[in-house]
Amino acid sequence: MSPDSPRDGTRSPRPQRPRWAVASEHALEALIRLSGMSAILFVAAIFFFVLREAAPVLVKDEFSLTQFLFSTEWYPTSANNVRYGTLALTVGTLSVTALAMALAVPFGLGAAVYLSEFCVPRVRETLKVTIELLSAIPSVVWGFVGLTVMSKLIVATTGAPVGVNVLNGGIILALMSVPVIVSIGEDALKAVPDSYREAGIALGATRWQLVYRVLLPAARNGLLAAVLLGVGRAVGETMAVLMATGHAVHIPGSLLDSVRTLTANIAAELGEAPSGSDHYRVLFLTGTLLFLITFAVNLTADFVIRGVRRK
Amino acid sequence: MAHAPAPTTGRFARTAHVARKERAERIARATFAAMAASMVVPLLLIVGYLVWLAWPMLGLEFILDVPRRGMTDGGIWPAFVGTLYLVGLSLLVSTPIGVMAAVYLNEYARDNWFNRVVNLAVINLAGVPSIVHALFGLGAFVYAARFGYSILSAALTLAIMTLPVIIASTREALASVPVAFREACWNVGATRWQTIRAVVLPNSISGILTGVILQVSRAAGETAPVMFTGAVFYKSVARGDLFPYALTDQCMALSMHLYTLATQVPNVKESLPYATAVVLLGSVLLVNASAIALRVFLRGRKKW
Amino acid sequence: MKRIEVQGLRLAYDSKEVLHGISFDVYHNEIFAVIGPAQSGKSSMLRCLNRTIDFTANARMSGTVRVDGEDVRRTRDVYALRRKIGMVAPLPVGLPLTIYDNVAFAPRAAGLSGKADLDATVERCLRQAALWEEVKDRLTSLGTALSGGQQQRLTIARALSHQPEILCLDEFSIAIDPVTTMRIEDVLKELRREMTIVLVTNLTQQARRLSDRTMFLWDGEVVEIDRSDVIFSGAAKSQRTKDYVSGVFG
Repeated sequence: MSPDSPRDGTRSPRPQRPRWAVASEHALEALIRLSGMSAILFVAAIFFFVLREAAPVLVKDEFSLTQFLFSTEWYPTSANNVRYGTLALTVGTLSVTALAMALAVPFGLGAAVYLSEFCVPRVRETLKVTIELLSAIPSVVWGFVGLTVMSKLIVATTGAPVGVNVLNGGIILALMSVPVIVSIGEDALKAVPDSYREAGIALGATRWQLVYRVLLPAARNGLLAAVLLGVGRAVGETMAVLMATGHAVHIPGSLLDSVRTLTANIAAELGEAPSGSDHYRVLFLTGTLLFLITFAVNLTADFVIRGVRRK
Repeated sequence: MAHAPAPTTGRFARTAHVARKERAERIARATFAAMAASMVVPLLLIVGYLVWLAWPMLGLEFILDVPRRGMTDGGIWPAFVGTLYLVGLSLLVSTPIGVMAAVYLNEYARDNWFNRVVNLAVINLAGVPSIVHALFGLGAFVYAARFGYSILSAALTLAIMTLPVIIASTREALASVPVAFREACWNVGATRWQTIRAVVLPNSISGILTGVILQVSRAAGETAPVMFTGAVFYKSVARGDLFPYALTDQCMALSMHLYTLATQVPNVKESLPYATAVVLLGSVLLVNASAIALRVFLRGRKKW
Repeated sequence: MKRIEVQGLRLAYDSKEVLHGISFDVYHNEIFAVIGPAQSGKSSMLRCLNRTIDFTANARMSGTVRVDGEDVRRTRDVYALRRKIGMVAPLPVGLPLTIYDNVAFAPRAAGLSGKADLDATVERCLRQAALWEEVKDRLTSLGTALSGGQQQRLTIARALSHQPEILCLDEFSIAIDPVTTMRIEDVLKELRREMTIVLVTNLTQQARRLSDRTMFLWDGEVVEIDRSDVIFSGAAKSQRTKDYVSGVFG
């Protein structure tokens, strides 16, 4: 065998890819790259176009950003004393969200624990399908349920004069947010390595003790992320709260008071505000505020999840 | 599950301590099960109540008929067909862009800072409130692009809204194809695209399809994004007409119609809004259930 | 001209270096074995040869690798390079396509389109891989439905389908039965007449059976390169080589 001279048998000449195939592949890949970056484009575009409609009012003398953020007086259609204070709306959002989370988090995490640790596979499949269907229910249908079913229920059980209030909105939002919390919470619990469970069992722990002492602490990050995403969903919800919480723009004194959230307020008044007017622009400004709030919440949730994955 | 009788003496005796542990276990299990049930039970009760109140008006005729007597009676056809238009057009736009974006993110993108920003953008796009999507649609499509209040503006707004979830579910489908297949293709001199076309995409179709179908129901159910960009209170349409709208027309939408009936129309016949809600809810659940069934069916036909 | 010339090849994943500047040559029509314990960098070295290391995001390669005199990192057409080098991975991989499409995939990707040409190529490669008789009646069945040993031979058929001039095998026998291993070893002895073979293995007996020259790679460094009869007969120059070959460590 001579080391330097090749002894390959006869080979057929190598085929070539036709020019058009190579060119169209390059074009398609360019399109793919463009699409990939489009997500950034769209997020930026949303922020840009919403801010664009809002911007002119920011530079007006009569408009004060401090008043916008911290005043509770919202009188956009007043004849001689127009005021745009969103604090009452913000409190409305917070109160409904807080109630929703107070209900959804324990039930959601409890259901997540059940699905992940206690359930038999057949029941798990059924439950997961149910939760998936629950999350598919449109928000306007939830709002309708709040307006009709829940409202009557609340009036009947608490004797309140009106059934659309913080309590109504909170319960509806809780039912809407639970699926998110359950599915992400279950993911977080599943991500805890089996070795943790095996170690616990070897030490004689019951399943409940395992959950309480080992799994919940270990899945802490993912569960936190689940809650954050639930909050994000609740804060951004529009139609359901529009129909279920009533029309009063004030800081609620009790659960049975009507409120209005930031989201519902925009939806309720945008149709009436003349295009280009101050009122119109302030509503867009509220939208910008909402965008920033949910942006922050989702960013935080993502960082928390990223911490989970890295483990 | 049969147990041998618990010993009462010796090392494995069922002491009081053990009995307590077992009881705590049973209570915990029951509590968690109750929490899970607490989501299912209200759902069933609510759906049941809605159907019961909607019953007098439900039927095919209800869907095909047009609203009558100032929308206090009649059917929902203009809204139903309007929703079909909106959903169809929006998915026509968002599916190709979403699938291509997912292909980029999963198959081409390197793990550098730029692509981490892209990832973040997708996540944040998914979390934008629906009213902000409505504002965006108003500012960008209705005014800036001068499409005006139209099906086009509304559908494009819905497209941006459904895009992130299509991207996410497509990515999941692509990622479920094992890396070993890609490596085998690269080793024989195939380009990235040839690999994607021959092996990755054909085996991701089921996941992609499931993701798209799920967005059908979401697009059909959203109100705010269409309310301010192209959907209107009332539009005159012939009964059962499948092509009543042009791209530049405004239309009625099922989701908005429910809102209208529930809040803007006085003296509406009692079962009318309930029937509308049931049709909307039923359509959405049907579409979702078929997506889930598709997923289960295709899981059994895996090729590896 | 040597078939493959490697000089000072370094490879690092992030900050961890796995190849610390290795150099070796491979000549035409020989079977060149690369032996060494696990994690020695043998697989990584192969991936540097056909530049599939490019697909590993955090890998950084330096040094020179020349195939037929051409620096692989400066090649105009990396796909042509990958077609020149056939690669067989440790775990058998049948693509989720028909058996026919498995073998026809590479020629089609390279531009071959005539049915007669493709049929001939598929049959030729399946025969060369000693798989034809077993699958000739079910070419339209799924490649992933074959047994492990058959899938590995299918992988070899795939590797041969683009007329490589160099065939690299990375621990090909790890996941298959001894009978199939023997059949593939016979195939390799046949193929040596047409191409150069680089055989990475941690079965020293296999290297002894098949190869002309052997390189002992340990922890990312070349310990010794010599004719196989020298290395495996106990006349190796390095004590470490002698210990590895005789099974003192592995």
